[in-house]
Amino acid sequence: MKPQDIRNVVEAALMVAEQPMSVDRIIALFPPELGEPPTRELMGTILEDLRQEYVGRGIELQEVASGFRVQVRAELAPWVNRVWQERPPRYSRALLETLAIIAYRQPITRAEVEAIRGVAVSSQLLKTLLERDWLRIAGHRDSPGHPAVYATTRGFLDYFNLKTLNELPPLTEPPQMRQVDLEFLQKTQDPARDTSAVLDLDPAACSQQAGDLVEGKSVVGVGLS
Amino acid sequence: MTGSCFTGKVLALARLTASGSQSPPERERPLARVGGVPLSEIPRDLYIPPHALEVILESFEGPLDLLLYLIKRQNLNILEIPIAEITRQYMRYIELMEKLRLELAAEYLLMAAMLAEIKSRMLLPPPADLEEQEDDPRAELVRRLLEYERFKVAADRLDAIPRQGRDVHAVVVEFPGRVAPRWEAQISLGEVVEALIGVLDRAELFAHHHVQREELSVRERMGIVLDRAAVDRFIPFRAVFSIQEGRAGVVVSLLALLELLREALIELVQSEPFGPIYLKVSE
Repeated sequence: MKPQDIRNVVEAALMVAEQPMSVDRIIALFPPELGEPPTRELMGTILEDLRQEYVGRGIELQEVASGFRVQVRAELAPWVNRVWQERPPRYSRALLETLAIIAYRQPITRAEVEAIRGVAVSSQLLKTLLERDWLRIAGHRDSPGHPAVYATTRGFLDYFNLKTLNELPPLTEPPQMRQVDLEFLQKTQDPARDTSAVLDLDPAACSQQAGDLVEGKSVVGVGLS
Repeated sequence: MTGSCFTGKVLALARLTASGSQSPPERERPLARVGGVPLSEIPRDLYIPPHALEVILESFEGPLDLLLYLIKRQNLNILEIPIAEITRQYMRYIELMEKLRLELAAEYLLMAAMLAEIKSRMLLPPPADLEEQEDDPRAELVRRLLEYERFKVAADRLDAIPRQGRDVHAVVVEFPGRVAPRWEAQISLGEVVEALIGVLDRAELFAHHHVQREELSVRERMGIVLDRAAVDRFIPFRAVFSIQEGRAGVVVSLLALLELLREALIELVQSEPFGPIYLKVSE
């Protein structure tokens, strides 16, 4: 197969696929009976060429957590959204705050989310997020009651157009503190929680999580710091 | 949504100021003039749509959010919260919620208690012994406020990230050449019959039963036959039946006849073999 033909197959496959396609899935489209399947290196080059080709067009090739996706450029949303009658959904502050806390502090228990927000997190809200496949129960903490710890999924990253959690906008630093304020805060600082880290994972919770992970689901978020 | 939330806050605070004791001169000023008469109090029966109350309550995401709002509104530094002032404002908000007969969320009351505790601890003179000096009672609250604020900002930023269905749309191109997968089914006659039985069983559940009043009463027919027999003395058997009534009518007539015979009210008589049968009243 000529590289141009392979390129056409890849482009067509990405266009008809309803979900992002990983490099492995794209390579699997080429059965060995029809000759040597393209290598990962070649596929990388082809995808990069394709991405370059779409520069300056209405569509783009975007890599998200689950793989590659051909999508309409975000700048065109004001016009493109008029194609549909219904408006895109808006999310409540409760949903966005809960999602943000879990995204930056995962794996985290419901009680810990509630401690940060100062209000109870409704069961319905968590159920919605689990059903939408934005959250998953990553395991259970080895503490009284064995509470579930929540983590975000690939589906969450795909939805928010992200490849990894590192691409989330950084958390704001606490406001400029004077020396006196710092001393005053440090005195009461809980050593277990370092608020300056973008993602701070409790090592004990992580190893717990690794043990409890459901097979086939990859660990998104562990290993980031 | 954002718009209505904002209105909610403004409304809530407008009412706070109106009922506040902080600004006594404002209290004297009439709220409005109705027909030239100054009105200094909000009428008790003023109709507030229940929906508007929900907006006020829902505009804040909890006590931390409300506290942050009160602090921001006054351009105060979180690290130097004037606890007395903030507590006063917070309590006014709680009072408002109570006045509006809203069910106060427990979290709001807990925060009120915490503010009161901090306030009272700050009133105490610092212990003479430096070793046992307590932390600033505000420290824990400040840390929670700062932490919550970070995630409030993070939620806004998350909301701003381009997302699927709102900012980016996956391209899905129609593929006319797509063949739906087909396979030859191997079905035995037995399976077909079994399927049919299933259908019939279910059809059974939908069977309609028409329950109707009996239009043809046997008792009534008995009376009619008896009346005729009393007048005519001998009635030909065939004359008891009227074919126009159809099969059901004939059956009813027969039943009436048999019933009358059983009760020995009539007799059937025949003069010769294969001759006509007659009906007559029993002697």
